[in-house]
Amino acid sequence: MTTLFKGSGEKEARFREIRLIMYQITRNPLTLTSLIILGAVVFMAIFAPWISPYPVYGYNLEEKYEPPSLEHPFGTDYLGRDILSRVMFGARLSLLAGVAIVVISVAIGWPLGVIAGYRGGIIEDVIMRITDMFLAFPSLVLALVIAFLLGPSLINSMIAISVTWWPWYTRLARADTASLKQRAFVEASRAVGLSDLGIMFRHILPNTVAPIIVQATMDLGTAILAEAGLSFLGLGAQAPEPEWGLMISGGRSVILSAWWYATFPGIFIFITAAAFNLLGDGLREALDPRLRRIRGA
Amino acid sequence: MGSLKRYVVKRLLQTLVILIGISAITFFLSRVAPSDPAALWVGLHARAEQIEKARKELGLDKPLHIQYLIYMRDLIGGRWGTSYRTRRPVIEDIINYLPASMELAIAGQIIASLVGIPLGVIAASKKDKKIDHASRLFGILTVSIPSFWIALMLQIFFSRTLGLLPLEGRLSSNVARMNPIERVTGFYLVDSLLTGNFVAFPDALLHIILPALALASYSMGLSLRMTRSTMIEVLREKYIVTARAFGIPENTIKFRYALKNAIIPTLTVLGIVFGWSLTGVFLVEVVFNWPGLGTYTWRAILAVDYPVIVAVSIIAALIIVIINLILDLTQVYLDPRVRL
Repeated sequence: MTTLFKGSGEKEARFREIRLIMYQITRNPLTLTSLIILGAVVFMAIFAPWISPYPVYGYNLEEKYEPPSLEHPFGTDYLGRDILSRVMFGARLSLLAGVAIVVISVAIGWPLGVIAGYRGGIIEDVIMRITDMFLAFPSLVLALVIAFLLGPSLINSMIAISVTWWPWYTRLARADTASLKQRAFVEASRAVGLSDLGIMFRHILPNTVAPIIVQATMDLGTAILAEAGLSFLGLGAQAPEPEWGLMISGGRSVILSAWWYATFPGIFIFITAAAFNLLGDGLREALDPRLRRIRGA
Repeated sequence: MGSLKRYVVKRLLQTLVILIGISAITFFLSRVAPSDPAALWVGLHARAEQIEKARKELGLDKPLHIQYLIYMRDLIGGRWGTSYRTRRPVIEDIINYLPASMELAIAGQIIASLVGIPLGVIAASKKDKKIDHASRLFGILTVSIPSFWIALMLQIFFSRTLGLLPLEGRLSSNVARMNPIERVTGFYLVDSLLTGNFVAFPDALLHIILPALALASYSMGLSLRMTRSTMIEVLREKYIVTARAFGIPENTIKFRYALKNAIIPTLTVLGIVFGWSLTGVFLVEVVFNWPGLGTYTWRAILAVDYPVIVAVSIIAALIIVIINLILDLTQVYLDPRVRL
């Protein structure tokens, strides 16, 4: 039914909207910085096998616990492995885990929220009470239990975190859907005989994209933190995987003698999470017309 | 007052539903464990008939809904199982370790609120000025720091490099030996004062600084961001605009009118932040060898100690639910509009 309203004028308006958003993003120096940082981390992750100075699993017991030097800028660990190389490969695991967690959570939570908000009544009550129950747990604690029960591995810890996160998206999507439902275009779609399912997935879902994208971007940072936390506790990635949280856990026991071991992986978790949070913040401002007008753009 | 009573009853019923939900989730989790609970119970080298006998004893041969009722009965009766590792009832262990965690979480919460809430108010009232951008950046950076990592960094800097603060633990070993703290509440800072143990008090205080700081890093940013956004909402209200139009001084508006109305949503902020502190405790305690629920849970993970892990999740959820209930009821008490 979109053809009913779509003309060349709308296309142009949409194009102008996208340009405005791009302008908003690039104008904010913090958002721009975050994009550059994320670009660098993604580059590092993709090209790790070619740009890392040493092989990721290659050990050399004669060089264990070497402090940072020109040969090993981040030092070496207990097996003499180059920490810089492992941090580069670690970017792959952390980004992958972050994206997977957010994608799974959105895929479960978003449609459920749209259904709850659109159908209302008993369906809404049941869905929302279930989300309440999940949200009653401190999410890391519940994730910890699930990861433990599934057995410690990177994949299981990702599943565990996703299980505790989807309710946030359900809440978000439900609130938006409930207000969209009252709007004229939904009424119009119903008037021309579109089915409920069609309205939900073709008209309401696309209109709840913006807040979901903002939330998902910020959550990428939090997901990377959560994943690193579970790995730190021994419930995520297992040795010898070059996971950042696991590396910090390895460095913990030698923190007084080999400070570099835990320090450098942590810096990368920190700047990656911060970049996602900054980007999410910038996106929210760019996508929210209310905030935009106040800033006088 | 009739509507207030109705609200409280409604809220209590809601809490009950959530508690039943929590128990259902944990029941489900403890039954889908990849290994057979009966086999775990009897140990590694059990024979098939022993496992069968254990299955009967544990009620695992009964239908699922009966199993759930038995589970609920034990849950309410405080029979939360025995730890495989410590061989003590889990509930006893939890009561032992919980005060240490609560003390740490509260200390972290105090630091976080003292920094985060005032910064949030300042940022909101100077919206879009330099100080607002700076404090927002600060807020974003603090929520991006892995708590277990900042814990290690604090150890390196304040313990190793400066030698100012103790590396780990809750009390120095010589103080614990010579001037042990008598247990009253389980909170060392409170108990040492109550029993007049003025050797242990400063020692306990020094020990809690670093873990509390590590714990506060995340909550600080969270409370800053949430206070800022609630304060901005309040400052946008019509009565603020009216007050301005009447020429009432800006400071009177901000601190007398706006802050008073921002306090109620800030209570909700505190609840959410405390939830996070409680989560952070699980990571920070491990780094500082803090003898609380986090370290207890971590040891249970390493020892594959099922009853402990499940029990800890129940107690954590229980604490969050109770705190939210208290905060909600306080809110009703403070804000007559919510009662309607």
